[in-house]
Amino acid sequence: MAESNKELLSRSIFKRNPIALLVLGICSALAVTGQMTTAFVMSICVTLVVAFSSMTISIVRFQIPSSVRIGLQITVIATLVILVDQALKAFYFDLSKQLSIYVGLIITNCIVMGRAEGFAMSNPPIPSFIDGLGNGLGYGFILMSVAFVRELLGSGSLFGYEILQLTTNGGWYIRNGLLVLPASAFFLIALLIWLLRSIDPEQQESE
Amino acid sequence: MADEHPLKPFYSVLVLAFVCSALVAGAAVGLRPMQEANRITDQKKHILYAAGLYDSTKSIEEMFSPIETKVVELATGKFISKDVIDPATFKQAKAAMTEKYGQSLATNEDIAKIRRLEKYSVVYLVVKDGTTEQIILPVRGKGLWSTMYAYVALDADMTSIRGVSFYEHGETPGLGGEIENKTWQEGWENKLIYSGDGEVALGFAKGKSSKTGEAARYEIDGLSGATLTTKGVDSLMEFWFGDHGFKPFITNMKKEHSNG
Repeated sequence: MAESNKELLSRSIFKRNPIALLVLGICSALAVTGQMTTAFVMSICVTLVVAFSSMTISIVRFQIPSSVRIGLQITVIATLVILVDQALKAFYFDLSKQLSIYVGLIITNCIVMGRAEGFAMSNPPIPSFIDGLGNGLGYGFILMSVAFVRELLGSGSLFGYEILQLTTNGGWYIRNGLLVLPASAFFLIALLIWLLRSIDPEQQESE
Repeated sequence: MADEHPLKPFYSVLVLAFVCSALVAGAAVGLRPMQEANRITDQKKHILYAAGLYDSTKSIEEMFSPIETKVVELATGKFISKDVIDPATFKQAKAAMTEKYGQSLATNEDIAKIRRLEKYSVVYLVVKDGTTEQIILPVRGKGLWSTMYAYVALDADMTSIRGVSFYEHGETPGLGGEIENKTWQEGWENKLIYSGDGEVALGFAKGKSSKTGEAARYEIDGLSGATLTTKGVDSLMEFWFGDHGFKPFITNMKKEHSNG
């Protein structure tokens, strides 16, 4: 791998975004993007988990027998996720209440597993850590973009601060009901993929 | 990898499982006191919200000082003395599941769809200078997706609502999740629960509640786009303010209020 650490970090945000190019981690991108705050916390949690699980797996990669490697990877990931979940409950109770089961579901986030199997198993710890960090940030970038549109037009606020006063609060803005529902994230992600692939035609799949 | 020892996978899995379980167990045990404290603070915050006493500049403990916690037997509506059941240690959610403190509900009685009902419930009394100003009751019931938990604060005369606070639910954010909306919750204030003949008359309008006439005293705005959540809230109020819920207690308190 000739890529420098800087490249490893930045390529996952635009050039090889885990959601937009690899189309991984869509499930949680639908669930937690109703509000900027939850999307932000989720991004941080996923970034931490991907970075540290990739690093851990990379450190012990020569000790992992190939016959049970998937199971071992999942165990490492699950442990990290539970630690994050417990810490959130202890220190940021309100946020953990909003994220509820989604923190636990990071275990099944395909990005984490994908990076462990696809990168960390065959690369040294530091590049693996940076690759994980980059992927987490790339995931966070899409999550925040989707959450921005969904929260602004669906709930009339950003990070919980009211921007467009809703009719339910005595204002003028009639909320867009579709954007409140998780399924709307599909449309927004599709639009983002379109945008990214128009800017960088290399990402387009050959027909 | 070809000449890997056949037992190596077992060793690796065992070592990893041991290390990981130690980490998880350590975190769970080490952080539990803080999590428990957070949960209790959160509960107190919502009790204060319901009572309209919440003020973000003061500490929760300070605001909670005029509130007394007592245990009530639902069937008789009488207070249970501290020596029998201590409100500080009484776990209401667990009590409903036990044979001694809980009972299962028949389908036709279980309008709030909670399946099991505890025989005793915690209530909170806001006492200022010796007189009870408000009584806060914990209620719960099934919405569209989840069980919704709330506190309802009543005036001392036990007829009108002071406030409400939904504190735990899994309804759709933006639709049923609007039960958390403070503006909507303000619509509960000063509504009456019982009609003249003692039946639960509190109800929800389709859309905006009427502003005038007899109906305006009992009607709360419905949540648009959340018919089933609204129905759930309606049933949970009907249940908890009915004979199986707090009605005996409310009747007792009303008598006491008019005598005292």
